[in-house]
Amino acid sequence: MNFKTDASGKIMVIYVREDRLDANNAEELKAELNRLFELGTKDLVIDLNDVHFIDSSGLGALVSGFKNASARQGSIKLSALQSQVKSMFELTRLHRVFDIYQTADEALTGE
Amino acid sequence: MNNTVLVDITIPSHTRYLGLIGKLGETVVSELNLCPGKHECLCQSINMVLTEALVNAITHVTTTDQDKGVQIHISASNEELTIRVYDHGKGFNLNRFTENDCPDPLQEHGRGIFIMRSLMDSVEYQKINGNGNVLILRKKLDRSN
Repeated sequence: MNFKTDASGKIMVIYVREDRLDANNAEELKAELNRLFELGTKDLVIDLNDVHFIDSSGLGALVSGFKNASARQGSIKLSALQSQVKSMFELTRLHRVFDIYQTADEALTGE
Repeated sequence: MNNTVLVDITIPSHTRYLGLIGKLGETVVSELNLCPGKHECLCQSINMVLTEALVNAITHVTTTDQDKGVQIHISASNEELTIRVYDHGKGFNLNRFTENDCPDPLQEHGRGIFIMRSLMDSVEYQKINGNGNVLILRKKLDRSN
């Protein structure tokens, strides 16, 4: 899976550089989130601007990260959801679980 | 004149082919101009249900049957879209999944059936005598804009 990671103060931003987040690569994202948490990161922003398709496995990987963050008193915010991804979040009610922002910058400032 | 298009494709039992089949479904909808006025939404839905159906088929394939692959059959007309996904695994009990219940959002797994039922008009899973199973997804197409 392709992603780029940037640190902004204590917050890590992961830019997922894949058109699809599905059963073929979701475990890699889950593993990367686990790795970052185990290194001591508590607060993450996951930018999904490049992701135009997400399936239930992709949603599951994000939920896994959310639960991991919560268990460490940290947070995961999402940014730049494309239309299909937004639809899937609404269908599965995950838009009520995650804090979702238009851009990674807005997620970092919390606006 | 019968204007039904039939597409039959078999892929190896591996998730690397999800994008290929999802895109194939979108292309069928788009090129046939099914559901004019709503076809972007239908494209996304078909990509999604094909992906979820394939993941189910691949997940339930036993190791000894992996080389039989997964067969997908798409039937598309102006009135209806039907997708059949055949697997050679031991199968699963569709009735375990209660109709129309949205899974707990904090569950990491178990959304696939809910998503397919939400996006399609009907979802059935049948055993084929002595030779695997078939997941049948149907959607009536609204001819009005």
